[in-house]
Amino acid sequence: MTRWAMIADLRRCVGCQTCTAACRHANATPPGVQWRRVLDMEFGEYPDVQRAFVPVGCQHCDDPPCMHVCPTTATKKRADGIVTIDYDICIGCAYCAVACPYQARYKTDKALFAYGKRTQSEAKRQDDARLAVATKCTFCVDRIDAGLDKGLTPGVDPEATPACVNSCIAKAMTFGDLDDPRSNVAQLLAENQHFRMHEELGTGPGFYYLWDKAVAAGSRVQPTQTDGAQP
Amino acid sequence: MSFGPAPWQQTNWDWRAAGNLIGGGAGSGLIVFAALAGAQGLALTMLILAGLALVGAGLMCVWLEIGRPLRALRVFVNPRTSWMTREAFTATLLFPAGMVAAAGVPGFAWLAAALAFAFVYCQSRMLQAAKGIPAWREPLLSPLIVLTGLAEGGGLFFLTEPLHRDGTESLLLLLGALVLARMLVWLAYRRRLAAIAAPRALAALDAAGRSLQLIGTLLPLTLIALVAVGVISGGALLAVVATGGLLAATTGAYVKYTLVTRAGFNQGFALTHLPVRGVRP
Repeated sequence: MTRWAMIADLRRCVGCQTCTAACRHANATPPGVQWRRVLDMEFGEYPDVQRAFVPVGCQHCDDPPCMHVCPTTATKKRADGIVTIDYDICIGCAYCAVACPYQARYKTDKALFAYGKRTQSEAKRQDDARLAVATKCTFCVDRIDAGLDKGLTPGVDPEATPACVNSCIAKAMTFGDLDDPRSNVAQLLAENQHFRMHEELGTGPGFYYLWDKAVAAGSRVQPTQTDGAQP
Repeated sequence: MSFGPAPWQQTNWDWRAAGNLIGGGAGSGLIVFAALAGAQGLALTMLILAGLALVGAGLMCVWLEIGRPLRALRVFVNPRTSWMTREAFTATLLFPAGMVAAAGVPGFAWLAAALAFAFVYCQSRMLQAAKGIPAWREPLLSPLIVLTGLAEGGGLFFLTEPLHRDGTESLLLLLGALVLARMLVWLAYRRRLAAIAAPRALAALDAAGRSLQLIGTLLPLTLIALVAVGVISGGALLAVVATGGLLAATTGAYVKYTLVTRAGFNQGFALTHLPVRGVRP
């Protein structure tokens, strides 16, 4: 089996938002809609302050609440773990948006353009099917499927890899098959300590955050700085 | 919309979603009370039709909210897991059963009441399935929504008693029990939320909760007690009972409006660990 997953290394992310821009370029999302965004979080009080840049978006959960609540079955989960939305079926009730604990879903009721009037590029790429329905990160599923058809490996070959991962200047983001122990993501998870967002909700996110290297057997465990704290 | 990591009020569901909960709960409760009262003839017809009108108005609110209203029939596709689909199916059965009941066919008032109860239960589970909102996913919200729906319906039943005269002392005591149970569940619900909901959500809920406890519970209970012990009788009785009903209904509606439009904060983002960079301590 294959389970596509994404990893964000919090030690590497510099908050440049290139992934956000790349996602918007690749998916032609309208102003205000960021399927991949990077949070700028501060913790503590001066002089003991820490800052973290946190890429977020659809977590492509194992047990996605958005799929369960969807009255139309527009939201589905593929066998490879990618959660999809069928824009032709969605009624735009936004139930999925309030069910998602990661605020990953958007509903845009009318066409919006970056400079008010529609530019040539925006006119060419506008997709009315995405108006007034739920939208979200797809893990660039079209690139993955097209790449697989060509015999490429998602997460390794850029042509088959999500745009945000390709664009990352710091190699903070990685994509790959969680079920393959030789894959880049499996190895990163084995070599590093990691967590998933809001794991207590039981959604089983397919998005992991690395925060430190793995603790060798017998060595002292590093203290953690937060307890699920928000800035 | 703010994209900060701290929780913010959801904006996907607004007064229209609240309207569905308010109309659906009060309408269902009214139909249940009409059946319990054993109303007959024109009174039964008017009570059932009023209940259906409220439920229908709530559903119309939702229809106005969805992005693709012409695809609305697709709401019936996922009864396996979606409480919204189950709500839609229940409503589809409730309307014909209610119309037959309103026509005076014996037995159908009870069927309509059972379907109305199922409808308000579906609504309660629908909110609770929204995992993204801490104040909604709390399990005690489900009994709270059911209880307040029934109490609101009972309140409307006694508000309109001068028109139908079907109210009985036992139904009045039932309304009292419902508002009391509603308040007790509310207090337990609020206690459980303390650790998980955003402070601004709690502040909004507390304001609505105060109304619910004082105006929606203590005042109606006092009025019901005065009626029950016979202090109030004669011409003032109907006015007092109607006032109690109005207070029970409006405060419940206010709580639901607050839940959706002011206490619907998501939980934001949180890190269980911060990145370890540079020199280790």
